[in-house]
Amino acid sequence: MMRILRVATLALAMMAPLVASAQTQPPAATRANTLRVVVHANLQILDPVWTTSFISGRHAYLIYDTLYAMNSRFEPQPQMAEGHEILEGGLLYRIRLRDGLRFHDGNPVRSQDVVVSLRRWMSRDVMGQQMAAVTETITALDDRTFEIRLKERWGLVLDALAKPSNPPFIMPERIAQTPATTQVTETIGSGPFIFVREEWRPGNRVVYRRNPDYVPRTEPADYLAGGKRALVERVEWLYMPDHNTALAALNAGEIDYFEAPPLDFINVLARNRNIRLINIDAIGTSGVIRPNHIHPPFNDPRARQALAHLVRQEDYMRVVVGNPQLYRPFCGSFFMCGSGNGTEVGSEPFREPNVERARQLLREAGYNGEPIVVLQPTDRAQYNAATMVLIQALRRAGVNVDVQAMDWSTLLSRRANRNDPYQGGYHLFVTTHGGPTTALPPSNTWFNTRCERANPGWACDQELVQMVADWSREADPAARKPILERINRRAWEVIPYVPYGQYSQPVAVRANIHGVLEAGIPVYWNIEKR
Amino acid sequence: MWYYVTKRILATLPVMGVVAVIVFLLLRLSPGDPAAIIAGDDATSEDIAKIREHLGLDRPLLTQFVRWIGQLATGDFGNSIYLERPVLGLILERVEPTLALSVTTIIFAVVLAVPIGVLAAWRAGTWIDQAIMALSVLAFSVPVFLIGYGLVIGFSLTLELLPVQGFVSLSEDPVAFFRHLVLPTVALGLVYTALIARITRATMLETLNEDFIRTARAKGLGEPRVLILHSLKNASVPIVTTIGTGIALLIGGVVVTESVFAVPGIGRLTIDAVMQRDYPVIQGVILVVAGVYVLVNLLIDLTYSLLDPRIRY
Repeated sequence: MMRILRVATLALAMMAPLVASAQTQPPAATRANTLRVVVHANLQILDPVWTTSFISGRHAYLIYDTLYAMNSRFEPQPQMAEGHEILEGGLLYRIRLRDGLRFHDGNPVRSQDVVVSLRRWMSRDVMGQQMAAVTETITALDDRTFEIRLKERWGLVLDALAKPSNPPFIMPERIAQTPATTQVTETIGSGPFIFVREEWRPGNRVVYRRNPDYVPRTEPADYLAGGKRALVERVEWLYMPDHNTALAALNAGEIDYFEAPPLDFINVLARNRNIRLINIDAIGTSGVIRPNHIHPPFNDPRARQALAHLVRQEDYMRVVVGNPQLYRPFCGSFFMCGSGNGTEVGSEPFREPNVERARQLLREAGYNGEPIVVLQPTDRAQYNAATMVLIQALRRAGVNVDVQAMDWSTLLSRRANRNDPYQGGYHLFVTTHGGPTTALPPSNTWFNTRCERANPGWACDQELVQMVADWSREADPAARKPILERINRRAWEVIPYVPYGQYSQPVAVRANIHGVLEAGIPVYWNIEKR
Repeated sequence: MWYYVTKRILATLPVMGVVAVIVFLLLRLSPGDPAAIIAGDDATSEDIAKIREHLGLDRPLLTQFVRWIGQLATGDFGNSIYLERPVLGLILERVEPTLALSVTTIIFAVVLAVPIGVLAAWRAGTWIDQAIMALSVLAFSVPVFLIGYGLVIGFSLTLELLPVQGFVSLSEDPVAFFRHLVLPTVALGLVYTALIARITRATMLETLNEDFIRTARAKGLGEPRVLILHSLKNASVPIVTTIGTGIALLIGGVVVTESVFAVPGIGRLTIDAVMQRDYPVIQGVILVVAGVYVLVNLLIDLTYSLLDPRIRY
């Protein structure tokens, strides 16, 4: 017994320094004023330009502001901007900033901050790079006004500035001068919340407090546009890699908001009176089967068409999503059905699978039963499920499938490998994308067919590149429509990727949480606890 | 004894060196690329290559190794690739939850297991002994995460007595600190309780048959004194060895338990770093854990001389 007491005393002695540090902790915010959220990933990178990871983008929406933002009709609306003029036949955009914008360090937001932030973003973001290619100069005229002068007409300037995923977030000039290849670790923005660095515990908790100096727009919040009113004093992001734990915590009321409840549990959650499911993303997510365009057989469009003929989207959706209310039985658009750009022209032959046609096309493409290397991410439930459906469909068509199971991190590096599929490369992998950014041909990253400059899989079709450029130049929606139809038709011929279905991922909140915006992504302004 | 301690501490240096080489090589030769993870889903191969170059991951393996060893020699574990913060600082931030969980688990296991083991040995062959042994087999066989989920359903969701997840620092709120530790401690501790109880029973059974125990009983000593002062003390060396081994095994259990209960400790840090291929963090954690392991073994060896005066260093 004495020995046990000694051990206990030793344990308490080891913890003594922790007690001593009690006085250094800031006072706890009240539970009623704090929104506790389980986020989908661990926030490690604070720079939304250096990485394109979703979690860094969502962090950025809290602490930074954007010049423009999309409303629920996917129209760019002024956010930090007071307004703009389009001059010289669409070659000059003169933008004026709102009065009273301030960074978290108290300094005013100036045009020069905007100019440098835009340049950094344009060197990294896919749509930013396209904007850079048509931009002659970006110049600050005074503290509140700047100009973007184009070399040629480009109808997507405001869309690019308002793009929901990886938009140009405005940072102070001295921070934005950091090269885009170097991570910014400072967190001075002008957004509705302030990052509380001293309470940041990577891998566990990220804390934001309300920015008392933020002046929201007077319009009501609408999608990502309108007034960003912070109605809670504090937002705590908690990272719980175990979904069962997160669900139990939501059930017990320890958390208020679960960003990505597993789709398997949606029906159970829907029956719980204390929890509400909210579909915040009207457009949703689209599945992507990405063939490797640089190696046989998928370097031949006929083989890619064969792949498309093997896909019944509903099969994938039943396995990946389950609940029919959360998915569409078929979407034949590369630009998200329901987005306004969701033309399905050209998809008619692929609405139902045609195994015989697929076999014939594979033969014509020169496929002779060589192993097809499919990368299977076993630690991503949704991707793993979709990959298993794909494997089954390929085998049913007589394709010799070489399944290579790995974790997602390995897959990310493997898919960037251009080697022969049997020497570290691959033939097929599965991923997803979605939202309004995917709905625009130039910002739909997996639709990029710029060969070596395209995303892994390296889709290559100059005709599509030209069509997308034509669409981008055109500012008139009526004139864009036929171009978009031609693009979608051409895409179903060359198949940069095969869409395997469009679905929604609802968020789950406690019943006392109100004002959750249907903004496509989780945002934390406008939310209150009652 | 000091000569022995110094010799043992010096002997850890080559061990740590070998660990460092193996860890470095294993990580670099296994698939995965932090640059691809950082670049994100929308990145092109060109973007990934630029980030790889910025991180120095495009340099030859030997150059990277020499640079890392050079840093280690000055006590610098390097910076996390993602957070760009010193690895040692990250580890120290995570020490409190892991230390707290480990200490409470060991206390829980020892406090519960030793009396149970003694009782089972004392009542060997009876239903008490059989029940204790059956329960210990059960506790030993059920995975930690399953016990964890069961405890959450029972004590958090049904009875609403204890929190589901998380960790509160002792300095922040001592009551909440212990409340948050109860379930992870029990989940993790049951396996060690079973292990220590079985060893205690086995060694006690041996000691209880020794002549000196018979003599003690013949002298008229009460059973508690016979069991605790005479039998348990003489049986303690193998029990302490098992507890020491248990501490080493605990490291594996902590990883799972911290994930199930969302405890932000070293285990979670390790898993996150492995998933993200954050090489400096993985290397740092493994070196620190290896060091702790060596230190615990040394302390256990030294404890033997306290328990058994015949052992001298």
